[in-house]
Amino acid sequence: MAFNYDEYLRTNKMPTLWCWGCGDGVILKSFIRAIDKLGWNKDDTCVVSGIGCSGRFSSYLDMNTVHTTHGRTVAFATGIKLANPDKHVVCVAGDGDALAIGGNHTIHGCRRNIDLTLIIINNFIYGLTNSQTSPTTPRGFWTVSQKVGNIDPTFNGCKLAEAAGASFVAREKVSEPRKLEKVLQKALAHKGFSYVEVLSNCHINLGRKNKMANAMENLDWIDSITMPKKKYDALSDEEKINYLPTGILKEDTEAEEYCDMYKEVQKAQQGLRPKITPDDFKKKI
Amino acid sequence: MSKTREVISSGNDLAALASVDAGCTFFGGYPITPSSEVMHTISDLLPKRGGAAIQMEDEIAGVCATIGASMSGQRSLTATSGPGISLKAENLGLAQMAEVPIVVINVMRGGPSTGLPTRVSQGDVAQAKNPSHGDYKSITVCAGDLAECYTETVRAFNLADRFMQPVIVLLDETLGHMHGKAVIPTEEEVKAGIKPRKTFDGPPEEYKPYGVAEDEPAVLNPMFQGYRYHFTGLHHDAMGFPTEEIETCRKLIDRLFRKVDAHLDEIESNEEFMLDDAEILLIGYGSASLAIKEAIVRLREEGIKAGLFRPITLWPSPEERLYELGQKFDKVLSVELNQGQYLEEIQRAMGRKDIQKLTKTNGRPFSPQDIIDKVKEVF
Repeated sequence: MAFNYDEYLRTNKMPTLWCWGCGDGVILKSFIRAIDKLGWNKDDTCVVSGIGCSGRFSSYLDMNTVHTTHGRTVAFATGIKLANPDKHVVCVAGDGDALAIGGNHTIHGCRRNIDLTLIIINNFIYGLTNSQTSPTTPRGFWTVSQKVGNIDPTFNGCKLAEAAGASFVAREKVSEPRKLEKVLQKALAHKGFSYVEVLSNCHINLGRKNKMANAMENLDWIDSITMPKKKYDALSDEEKINYLPTGILKEDTEAEEYCDMYKEVQKAQQGLRPKITPDDFKKKI
Repeated sequence: MSKTREVISSGNDLAALASVDAGCTFFGGYPITPSSEVMHTISDLLPKRGGAAIQMEDEIAGVCATIGASMSGQRSLTATSGPGISLKAENLGLAQMAEVPIVVINVMRGGPSTGLPTRVSQGDVAQAKNPSHGDYKSITVCAGDLAECYTETVRAFNLADRFMQPVIVLLDETLGHMHGKAVIPTEEEVKAGIKPRKTFDGPPEEYKPYGVAEDEPAVLNPMFQGYRYHFTGLHHDAMGFPTEEIETCRKLIDRLFRKVDAHLDEIESNEEFMLDDAEILLIGYGSASLAIKEAIVRLREEGIKAGLFRPITLWPSPEERLYELGQKFDKVLSVELNQGQYLEEIQRAMGRKDIQKLTKTNGRPFSPQDIIDKVKEVF
């Protein structure tokens, strides 16, 4: 029997505002299947989004949903999670949202290793607002704000997340929805900050002016710049520069989670345990 | 105030204590002089009581985390100073639009920009009226002494939950760092006076969080309790979903105004000091009122009958009372630690321009003598 998405969707909000062939719908469906596999209760789940096409992600889900300001998704979610540590809180943001205007919150969410999942829908462009350069737009691409070709170096969000302390980091693409579903399921179940970058197509506002005006051409281009982590790791450093590895890039189940650590603060303040010292931590600096 | 207690404390510490006594369970903030002690103190008080306080990565994140926690039904606080309000402004707008109650303490310092971080000012009064872009009606209260750092913070939490919007509590560097004796209500007294936000108890399919009367705030059930709806800063319908439908958009903004305007009696709060037989009306608020009161006592010793009108709720302003006073008093002097930000409101409410002003923007408080000299000079 085909999977029934309707139980998780606000079906009266369909159709979505996303363009025909947009990858966002693939991510929405993969996310729903992952939630279903985990058996999460809709009432116990909160989805927080920011501004951009990805910002509407939350509104289509029949859960507790929050559409926030540009870039602040992780900051709002941090308050929701710390105030409700036993609930599930998921962030959905775009590449401009999470890596440009909201970069600081992304960094510090990773650093705290608070138990949130951040799904970054990376379509390499500001799609909703008609093709401005994003922090992930490849150099040399046409954008409406750099019509003779983008010169800005690109941001590797997964490397950033790893360095900043996220305990789970993965990259997937919308052309492989089953793999995406499995990685999302792992990320959602992971205790700590999980960062999942999903490479998605925007053939309308990225592709049209960059020789990939239909969805398949855009997806083919994504395929041409990605390879599974194992294969990527075997490349020389010189060969690596034009590829992005996919799959689970980091998975640390030992790192202390923030809400758990905050419970120790509560205990210490209540006199139920000694003060917290460097000896409480494996990684001290 | 029937049951009271005497404490020795500072304005910032009293604001923190008031918050937890009023049922606040979450604080999100960022260090900034001269408000940091609010965070220092509440970071001890909250976890002791099972709540949470978090120092976020910046001012913006501080208010966002606070709003997020409030969406789940928890009374939530952030504290900052003027530069922090500037940074938080966009998200204060989100809380206005999505009708999420939070309390924001602003311990004012000299501005603009970095200004005079460790010196007093009342330069954020105009900012408090409209910190964010767009149309909405702010509520701002202003403590006038140590005890009010406590009582006005408590009142702010009740107002926020009643009107489902941010409430700004203005302190200033003088009050925040003032240390002394204050008579404040007991914790039990405060707890007994807590008015929690309204909730809807009917079946979820009948729940319309924003489908309320035209002069009432949204009824937002806490998240995670079976009432699944949507928060957004976009114009939204009765269920909280984005819409551009013409009448829905018009009614939403009208309601953000009417929910406040129709209930001014629940919000307004003023003090009148030696005003009954006065011939000269002084208007001032916040820590400046301490010097004004002393000046009035000394002026009266010299036979000059002055009195004080002190708005405690600054926004919305007590415009009707100001109009009455403007009719009654010929001699009016406005005293504030800025270039006349509230004076403009007084002129508007009184409908007259001939109001004398005493202002100061060098980071120093008024002395009573400053005020005495000004009264003698202009009247």
